Amino acid sequence: MEKGAVLEVHELSLIAELMDILGTSAGENGIVRIRKVRLVVGESHQALPEALETAFTVLGAGSPAEGAVLEIAPVATVFRCRECGHEYGGDGWLAPCPACGSFQRALIRGNELYVDYYEGETEEDLACG
Amino acid sequence: MRIVLGKGLLAANAEKARENRLLFTQRGIAVINLISSPGAGKTSLLEATLAHLAGRVKTGVIEGDLYTALDARRLEDRAADVVQINTEGVCHLTAAMVERAFTAMEAAGLELLFIENVGNLVCPAEFDLGEDFKVVLLSVAEGADKPAKYKQSFAAAQAVVITKADLAPYTDFDLPGVRRDIGQINPNLPVMVTSVRSGEGMEDWYAFVERAVAAKKSVT
Repeated sequence: MEKGAVLEVHELSLIAELMDILGTSAGENGIVRIRKVRLVVGESHQALPEALETAFTVLGAGSPAEGAVLEIAPVATVFRCRECGHEYGGDGWLAPCPACGSFQRALIRGNELYVDYYEGETEEDLACG
Repeated sequence: MRIVLGKGLLAANAEKARENRLLFTQRGIAVINLISSPGAGKTSLLEATLAHLAGRVKTGVIEGDLYTALDARRLEDRAADVVQINTEGVCHLTAAMVERAFTAMEAAGLELLFIENVGNLVCPAEFDLGEDFKVVLLSVAEGADKPAKYKQSFAAAQAVVITKADLAPYTDFDLPGVRRDIGQINPNLPVMVTSVRSGEGMEDWYAFVERAVAAKKSVT
């Protein structure tokens, strides 16, 4: 798999969306310091964990997420055959259903891409700590 | 303090794309999002298509480009209106960028809108713009392994246009292999083999575009 500059830009664009979400939510909840972010990433997005982490470090600088830990929870792709209903994983995009040989399939897992949760502190938490 | 979100990274873009789609549908405008790697011939395909549709289908173009307006200049005399988006380094268009560009467009009576995405076969597949059709272009000069390498774009597409077919004799492009790979990733995906230079296959593409316009009109 080619994992060159283009894919790094890909991860950067996804993390930019993450930063928008975190910024909005942290503002709403009075969070001034984010310690940890758990991100669920389906395999079908072809996002490299190292590149996501690099982008998180770069784009987090100067924001409440600066220095936070990015925990990435990968989700493997699972397809369901539209012909026979068999579920199969792996790099199924170019492979037929191992049970019946059909290429008609639905991606049922591996398309996830969301923030599960994040942990952080408010001004008050920081003052007490 | 732990804050549980469950919020999709692409949710904000998807919401904006829904708004765009609703607006385009209300106005009966067919929208085609052209996606390819740099140099596959998106702008050349548009030049030919705009010439073909001139005087019959009122067509607008939103041009995505990193920094320049070179492509928009090539098209500005051929379309009803052309609006340039410079993404300043962002490698794909977003639904919000398209909304802003469309707001700036002379859109009265528009029947068809082409969105030329930034040249990139990865990120544009992830960002819905509110289009009716994602069309992926693949030139014969690029090599036949593109579908296997960029599965997501081909999986998300509603049609594929193979471009520069006139160059095929000078390359090792394996058309049957490409058709097989595309068919495995996305069965039933129409594949049109075209050349702007020789005119080969262009009627198939024009027919696809005109069907899209007619279908959108019948909805409103």
